[in-house]
Amino acid sequence: MTLECLQNYWWLLISILGAILVFLLFVQGGQSMIYGLGKTPERRDLIVGAMGSKWELTFTTLVTFGGAFFASFPLYYSTSFGGAYWLWILILFSFVLQAVSYEYRRKKGNVYGTGTYDLFLFINGSVGCILLGVAVGMFFFGGEFTVNRDKILSASSPVISTWAPTHGFEAIFCWKNLVLGVAVLFLARMQAALYMMNRDKNDNEFFGRLKTSAFINGGVFVIAFLTFLAVLFTTTGYDVVSENGQTVSVTAAPYKYFFNMINQWWELATLLVGVVLVLYGLLSSVLAKHFTKGIWFTGLGTILAVLSLFWAAGYGDTAYLPSLLDPMSSLTIRNSSSSEFTLTAMSYASLFIPFVIAYIWYVWRKMDK
Amino acid sequence: MENLTSVVDWSRLQFAITAIYHWLFVPLTLGLSVIVAIMESLYLKTKSENWLRATKFWMTLFGINFAIGVATGLILEFEFGTNWSNYSWFVGDIFGAPLAIEGIVAFFMEATFGAVMFFGWNKVSPKFHLASTWLTAIGASISALWILVANAWMQYPVGMEFDPAQMRNVMDDFWALFSGIAVNKFFHAVFSGWALAGVFVIGVSCYMLWKKRNQEFALMSIKTGGWFGLIGLLLTMYTGDGSAVQVARHQPMKLAAMEGLYHGHVGQSLTGVALLNPDKEWNNDEDEYLFEVSIPYGLSILANHDMNSFVPGITDIVNGFSINADGDTINTVSYAERIERGKLAQKALGEYDAARKAGNTSAMEIAEKTLRENYPFFGYAYFKDVKEAIPPVGLTFTMFRIMVILGSYFLLFFVVALFLAYKKDILKHARWFQIVAMVSVPFMWLCSEAGWAVAEVGRQPWTIQDLLPTCAAISQIPVSSVVLTFWMFAAVFTILLVAEVSIMCRFVEKKSKEELYK
Repeated sequence: MTLECLQNYWWLLISILGAILVFLLFVQGGQSMIYGLGKTPERRDLIVGAMGSKWELTFTTLVTFGGAFFASFPLYYSTSFGGAYWLWILILFSFVLQAVSYEYRRKKGNVYGTGTYDLFLFINGSVGCILLGVAVGMFFFGGEFTVNRDKILSASSPVISTWAPTHGFEAIFCWKNLVLGVAVLFLARMQAALYMMNRDKNDNEFFGRLKTSAFINGGVFVIAFLTFLAVLFTTTGYDVVSENGQTVSVTAAPYKYFFNMINQWWELATLLVGVVLVLYGLLSSVLAKHFTKGIWFTGLGTILAVLSLFWAAGYGDTAYLPSLLDPMSSLTIRNSSSSEFTLTAMSYASLFIPFVIAYIWYVWRKMDK
Repeated sequence: MENLTSVVDWSRLQFAITAIYHWLFVPLTLGLSVIVAIMESLYLKTKSENWLRATKFWMTLFGINFAIGVATGLILEFEFGTNWSNYSWFVGDIFGAPLAIEGIVAFFMEATFGAVMFFGWNKVSPKFHLASTWLTAIGASISALWILVANAWMQYPVGMEFDPAQMRNVMDDFWALFSGIAVNKFFHAVFSGWALAGVFVIGVSCYMLWKKRNQEFALMSIKTGGWFGLIGLLLTMYTGDGSAVQVARHQPMKLAAMEGLYHGHVGQSLTGVALLNPDKEWNNDEDEYLFEVSIPYGLSILANHDMNSFVPGITDIVNGFSINADGDTINTVSYAERIERGKLAQKALGEYDAARKAGNTSAMEIAEKTLRENYPFFGYAYFKDVKEAIPPVGLTFTMFRIMVILGSYFLLFFVVALFLAYKKDILKHARWFQIVAMVSVPFMWLCSEAGWAVAEVGRQPWTIQDLLPTCAAISQIPVSSVVLTFWMFAAVFTILLVAEVSIMCRFVEKKSKEELYK
């Protein structure tokens, strides 16, 4: 494969991992409802029990997403993580709190009491989702950074990627990013409700509450997501011309992401199918008397919709991390990727992915029986 | 950059505290996962409920430890980006691959089959459950393999070349990453985890003996943990010997720092116990030690397996003496010259870049030739003084001794534990050993952490040996931010560690009152 094909392939894999991660955030969604739905300790245990058997998959997907991004697009890893420092640190911090909480919350001698670990789960569930949404929002709405590779030769100031002094807080408080963050949170909450409807289908009183929750959270999600799409499609992006991995020119392109979707019709088609599936899953679950399979439709729809958004961000000579300070510094899949050799070697490793998905699926089904 | 030194120091501190905490949990995961798998195998073979109870007992402790190891591991991976952004770009083409492959092939295996192991007792068949337990253990070791391949590569960077057009290193041989150093490092770390888990099992079991509870269960566990730990420790020592030879060949400065040796000799003695002279510098005539007890020829044998070989000291190496990959003494490049040649390499890279932008091919070729000739010393250009290229001697020296002395102690510990376990009536009444075993548990962790301190402090100031020092590998963030995040992580890791230890203690206390052996 040529370098360009490999870059496209690895952006596809990053998109798939990102899309699966957003779907699996239903675990965080469930955690964020621990107080709202879990009015009694028993209910809280029920919610935690439902999410507790899946949290490691979300966590592992996040780790793999980070590792794959590092290996395939290292300039993103160095620029975004080292630049938007506080955004990423807060995300990580919330996930550290999550990792121990499921195991420790009910254990004797846990020192801080079940309530503290439930609070940790709530923080990870709500803050984690919003901040991950903000991080994805930067794919479209950019960051305040510059990249200058020559600086590696400066002994006194050798860091090639520099970021605005706010180091990620400016991204967190950017309303456009926050709209996506809110959409991700309420999507996760809606899916958590649908997941529990699928799991605890015989508890009629709780099923009814879950249905109401799916309706409310789904409603907020739809509003937030449509707002995000409206903002996205009217946003000016960057058209980037590259040669041999180097950026030659960057020009502002009004309605960039709208035209990306139109010009690359499969992106729009995937988005539309995804949206229809999410709406079908939601409405069927809410309107039908006892429909329990909504999570499968919304889950698949989520994956497709997120895939299309990642594709719109990365394909079509687009800057997937636009620089608001210096457009020429913007990151694309051409100028930020690993070498052809590394991407090829990693592509062989990626052949394990279907096998991994197969055994996860097999075990998931076996454990849910 | 403003406060460059402070940012480097605090970034190093943050990475160090994350790694130290992470390594509190990982070796127990590596060792205990195999012990649990062995016990479950014995249960399936013998159908004895005693083995089933033993499996579940140790599996619960494994689970309590596993979660916090996962949490700290996440932070380590992402800190390469958040705090070492230049590093991530400069060598991400090579370094990122093992991390990604770890996630794909190992992490999912651990997470998926770990869930079956913990929650699947009544949901899957006994054989499927056993397979899951083994796959969890194997997944943990495969995970360690990729991380240690990455770590070894930082200390012995091979399988790559520098791409001047992109101003970064790119991979040109994937399998070179599995160097002898990487393989040795992997086995050394994993086997040390086995030894640590063995000490843990014996220590916890001795608590039961001390309390006179479940004595047969404790003896059964001590035998399993004792043999497993003894094998692990012997293999750790064997691979440690290999590691010493490799360090002598490829990181002679680290070996010299481990010994506090400034002027080496043919037939160099090994310092057993010594007090380092704090006034000693590489370029003054002070004595190296204020007090010393040494083993004749010891270091020559350790480093080269040849009692008459030469082992260079810090001053020798700075002045240009070293040993090559075949163990021969060579006259190499002095550190002062390395700094000059590093500057030549960086100057040539600047000229290459200017020529490339101007489209001047012949100038590019000339600059590239100079660059390639001097690239092995690229990182030295960031130093003003050769002193900056010398690791902290005192800490490396002390940690090496702690590791070796405690490692030797634990060899004796395992032998005595096993001897007593087979004379069970003696062990049941040997209150002194029961106390020794309980007290020894934290010292095994100290031994293990000391080993990592030798490996990581001894290679300073390099993130990538000879190519990228820590001062050029960092992110451009205010020192106040790193100070704050350091304390945030220090606090949360400590809070969680307290919870972990407390839960473990409470679990052992409660469970040991139940009838575990019938």
